[in-house]
Parts: sequence; structure tokens; C-alpha cells
Amino acid sequence: MPVETHEERGETASLLGEKQPLRCSLLCEAVAPDFHQVWNLMETRSWEPLPLSDATLRSHDSWTCSPLVPEYRLWDPVHMFLTPVVPHWPFYNLDTMFVRGLKRKCFDGEEDIEGTLAGIKAIPSYNLQRQSLLDMSLVKLQLCHMLVEPNLCRSVLIANTVRQIQEEMTQDGTWQMINTQSTGQASVDRLVSTDILCRSSREQAEGKHVPGYSTFSKDFEGDQAQDSSETMSTASSVQAPRNLPSNVWEMENPQENKGNFQKSLDQIFETLENKTPNSVEDLFSEVDNSYYDLDTMLTGMMSNTKMGHCDGLESFSSPTTTTSSSNCKSDLNELDHIVEILVES
Amino acid sequence: MLLLPCEADIISTVEFNHTGELLATGDKGGRVVIFQREQESKNQPHRRGEYNVYSTFQSHEPEFDYLKSLEIEEKINKIRWLPQQNAAYFLLSTNDKTVKLWKVSERDKRPEGYNLKDEDGRLRDPSMITTLRVPVLRPMDLMVEATPRRVFANAHTYHINSISVNSDYETYMSADDLRINLWNFEITNQSFNIVDIKPANMEELTEVITAAEFHPHHCNTFVYSSSKGTIRLCDMRTSALCDRHAKFFEEPEDPSNRSFFSEIISSISDVKFSHSGRYIMTRDYLTVKVWDLNMENRPIETYQVHDYLRSKLCSLYENDCIFDKFECVWNGSDSVIMTGSYNNFFRMFDRNTKRDVTLEASRENSKPRAILKPRKVCVGGKRRKDEISVDSLDFSKKILHTAWHPSENIIAVAATNNLYIFQDKVN
Repeated sequence: MPVETHEERGETASLLGEKQPLRCSLLCEAVAPDFHQVWNLMETRSWEPLPLSDATLRSHDSWTCSPLVPEYRLWDPVHMFLTPVVPHWPFYNLDTMFVRGLKRKCFDGEEDIEGTLAGIKAIPSYNLQRQSLLDMSLVKLQLCHMLVEPNLCRSVLIANTVRQIQEEMTQDGTWQMINTQSTGQASVDRLVSTDILCRSSREQAEGKHVPGYSTFSKDFEGDQAQDSSETMSTASSVQAPRNLPSNVWEMENPQENKGNFQKSLDQIFETLENKTPNSVEDLFSEVDNSYYDLDTMLTGMMSNTKMGHCDGLESFSSPTTTTSSSNCKSDLNELDHIVEILVES
Repeated sequence: MLLLPCEADIISTVEFNHTGELLATGDKGGRVVIFQREQESKNQPHRRGEYNVYSTFQSHEPEFDYLKSLEIEEKINKIRWLPQQNAAYFLLSTNDKTVKLWKVSERDKRPEGYNLKDEDGRLRDPSMITTLRVPVLRPMDLMVEATPRRVFANAHTYHINSISVNSDYETYMSADDLRINLWNFEITNQSFNIVDIKPANMEELTEVITAAEFHPHHCNTFVYSSSKGTIRLCDMRTSALCDRHAKFFEEPEDPSNRSFFSEIISSISDVKFSHSGRYIMTRDYLTVKVWDLNMENRPIETYQVHDYLRSKLCSLYENDCIFDKFECVWNGSDSVIMTGSYNNFFRMFDRNTKRDVTLEASRENSKPRAILKPRKVCVGGKRRKDEISVDSLDFSKKILHTAWHPSENIIAVAATNNLYIFQDKVN
């Protein structure tokens, strides 16, 4: 490990002794950039287009990566599926919108919040950005960290963020609105149970079906061997009157062969304690993880067919083509490595 | 985990021992490198204070948990020194699951003149031995050897984030995401669980333990911080399981600054007692706070480390930088605190004069014999000549680990796989 030793014959650091005049003062408060600057940032921030097979996806111009984004690119299915809005828009620069004061300026799909931007490009509405953040969070939760157990702290923080967003969306009525559109029903029941994020076994046991994002992850990544205990089948706790759980931090599928087997067992054991024999059956009947269509989950549009009982939905075809090359590579590396360890080479 | 050679070199912890004579670093490859300060010598006055490699050893190896089909990283999360009680040095090093006690000792003599074997170690033919002699110790080249004396394993389900040696020098604690265990140095097959925040139903988990430390003088007192920005001080005398805190430190949230990232940036990444034992310092994503143990409702001092990042939180969330765990340190007299930032910058705050400085740890910018130039980040508008704009910051160059000599103004700064040691030369 290279070591730099700076001292009297080399470099010296002058610390805070009197002889060293401090030339810099405390950093000033962060200032929200003006909109022109925002726009510039947005323009340069974008993702490389992924090899997508879906022809309906809009085409993207050539993209560059913002300096804030590291070299390895998180493949980002989110913006592919983001509902309507501003075409050509890369991943929204949400930073500017989440600055205080701007939070509540726009509502519900209204396009432009500032007159100054008229004629340039519309800034996505707050709701859209919030949705975008939600999607990003969910993707983060599902991206597993290969062979190593993921960071629990990080997962907890992301899940809390997701929950917070969802609570707000519920309070806004946005949640209900989405559900109403899709299902035609506007019942509180539905509100609670159609909580995108929630998939607690308790709810399953009671016959409510709440799609879980977590479960889609494995399929999504198209690799059953690749598991994440970062599978938090994240459930957000929607604060509704009959509100039910909460987070399922372990895999729900006891048949998960890799990685989370132990955790699944743990979870099952935990929930079993509170359960009646009937619910156990229900619990185990919820085995099909290809439950949810990617579209469904990301856009939050639930259709009745998808919301059914676990009757083993039409198998979800994992968009393997969307897997980024880095994912593929790491998959191979993982497998190689596992084999290596197993044969103790 | 297969690590590329450069990745294995990434320094993951830095710690001076109690006298400052030794500096230990742990890296992602599971190795520990110990540096020793050169003694003052009249022959070479300029070499005083230089740290040279003293010992290197492989502390932890990668493991595979077959039950979960998951790897256990060999990365050294923390190193803590024990106070020196004899000629040997002892330190604790830990990865995600296992804590080890290492003994580092010097050998500068070896016995010569055995009867039954010759100098090469080969056995001599007994019939050829006609005289007996007493082996004598002869000087040899100094050899520093590290031996594992204790292995404390299988006590943590979750990843260990902190270890802390108690002031009684007989016990220490290890903290993971949900539990804290108390160990006796002599006993490896048993540990006491003193904090357990695992909910009965894991679905209700919303908070984890992020750091823990014993009080420097009171062997019954320790603190632990959480991902929700709270610190709990516990007294082990009250009960065996310290689930109920004696003190609870939390700053009320500023409603005007609230965003979706508020909770994440309030998560405390490091907590350190002052040497006096009167204050604790906490580091969250954007600030360093100093708390008086006697006041729980708010910190007595708050220092902005890199507030210009507040408007970039979404991007930092996107690239996971927002989850970086920065550490913070006190100087020997508790008058200055230091912490790291991005772009290989690190910051120091003088608590008395309220002045602060930003410095950079890089080879390019450090000229020989030159004082480290303070750096400044410009946040918008016109950028002055030497300033760097926020968008030009390199977020892959982060200084997470720093250490301060216990009595002198010598600091060690780990910048990815480079270790910088700076000294304040008072003229």
C-alpha cells in the first residue's frame, strides 16, 4: 500500500495554528440553481440507451453521462416505462424540484410550473418526479449485490423512503386516483390492498392481494440464481385506516433456491407464529413470483387480472434484453466464482 | 469475493494506537498494515516522525456462508488498539462477522546452540553428541510477527459495523445492524447481548444501528447511533439487556429543509466520544455535530461539511453516494474535529475559533515543502481561479477514514488506496 509521508522534509500541512491564515470560510448555503442552469444540467444528464426490444419505446438521442453518475451504469428500466410525460426526457433531474419551496408548486400532471421555461422544455411535475423517485428506489431495492449480502442499513433507508413517498401519495389522493383509473373502483379497501409495495404475508393470508415489487426482481433480472436479500419484498405501510403492514424483509418464496432460502424460512417461521393453519396454506400458496408484470408494478396501474389470486399469472417474461451488460458480466463472474469456491480452486 | 488487486488495496479503516507510535490500516483485501513512527535520532533529525511499515499480515480471509449462499467479505471494517501492557501490541480487527485479537510482537533474538539439532534445524545423530551445551540467545534481525490470539466468531447475524474496547481493558463490544454484543477478551465462545433492536416481526424494521462506542472513562456507559439520526446512551448497570436507554439524543427536524431524503441524510455514520468523555460527535451525510452529554434535545455545535451537496441529493441517491459512511475524529485536545468529503477533500473545524479549512489529499496538489493549500468549492455564479465547482467534484474519490494522533498534530487520511500522513509543523 503506497504511503505518502509528508513532514518537515517533505510537505507540511499547516493546520489551524495561528500562523496559518484561514483563507476559506464556512461554506455558504446551497443555492438552487436558476432555471437556465437547471435546464442545462438536465440536458447533459442522460443515460445511454439500453438495447431494448420493445418497439414502443421512444427513441433516444445519443446520451452522455453526468459526472455525478459513476462509470458503472445502473441499468435503468425506470425511465423506459415512465408514463407519459415529456418525451426525450432522460432521467429527471429531481434535485431542483426537491428543493424546498418548490415542492408544492405544481400538482397532478400540470406540465409547466414556471413561465420562464415555456418554449424550452417543460419541467416534469412534482408528481412525476415523485413517481420517478419511487421507481428509482424500487429498482435500487431489487438490484442485488451479487454474492455478498447487501447492506441492511441502505435497504432500510431506501424502504423508508419508498414508504414515505407512498404515504404522501396516498394523502394526496394520487394513489386513489391511479387505482380508480385502472380498476374503476374507488374503495378504500382497494386503496389499502392495492398498495403497490406491500406484500406482507399477513395480507396474503387474509386474501388481499398486494403486488410486491420485490418479487419481480428475480424475474426481472432474468436470473434465478441471482438473488438478493436486498429483497426486501418491500412493502410500504400505507397509512390507511385498516392499514396493514409493512415491510417484508425476507423473501416470501420459500422455494427460492439461492441465497434467501434461510431468510425465507425465517420469515415463514416468524409469520407462522401468528398464523392459523389456514393461513399457512395461503402463505405457501403464494409461491409464484412471476406474479407481477413489470409494467404493472412500475406504473402502478393495476388491472383486475393481475390483481388476482395467486393463480400463477401468465409467466412473466423477463426482459433479459434489458439486462445491462454489466449485469451479464457480473452474473458470469459470480457463477465462475461460486464454482471456484466450491471446487476450492 | 474476487477482488482486483487495486480493489483489494482500498483502505477501509485507519487507527492510531494510544501512544501514536503505531498506525494501523485495514483494507478491503483483509490485510492489516501497521506503520511505526521512527524514533528521534540525532543522526537524522529530518527523519523524525516518519511512519514506516512495521508489520503486514492477513487478518481475515474471504469466507462463504453455505447456508445462505452468500459470501462473507474479508474487508476489515474496524481496527481498535488495546492499550499496551507489555512489550507486545494487541489490536482487534473485524470484518462483517468475525472479530480477531492479534498480537504483534518483536523478535530480535534467537536461541542458538541446541544440542539435538543443528543450526539448520536438522536433527543431529544422538550418537554423535559428545558434549552438552546451553543454548544462548543471540541477536538477530528484527522480526515482527503477528499472531491471532483470539477469534470471536459466530455471534453476529448481521454485519458488524463497530467495535469498541472498554476502559476496563477486559471487555469490548461489537455492534452489528441490529445487535450489540459484549465480549470478554479471554472468552471466545460466549458473548453477552446487551442491545437488541431487532423487531419481533422483521416487517416492522425501520431503524438500524450504525455505530457504537464505549465511554472513554466510564466502563458502564456506551452510546450507539441509528439510521434515524438518534443517539442512545446506555448504562449497563441498569439491566443486562440495555434496550432502554438512559439518554436519548435527537435533534428536532427542521421542517423547512424537509425532503424525501431527509431521513437518509440524517442517518448517523459515525459516533465518537471526545477524549474528555464529556461530548460526543456524530457524522451524518452533510454535517458533523457535537453533543453535550448533558443536553439531549439538540447538539451544541453543528458544522456543515459540504452543504453544497444539498441540492444534489437526488443524484447522489441515484449513484448511491448518499449512503457513503464518513467517519469523524477528534484531535487530542478535543479542540479540532476532522472529517472527510468528496474529491479527496477533508475538512477540519476548530471548535474554539469557529474557523474551518478544506484540504485535499492528493499527490498532484501537494508540492514538496509546501503548505497544503486550502481548497474551496464554489457553489454557483462565478468561479474564482482556484475554486472548484460542485459539478467538477469527483465523487469516486471520497475520504471516509481519517485518524488523528492522540497527542500531536499528525493526521492520517485514507484516500481510496492511498494513505496520506500529514504533520503540522509548528515553527
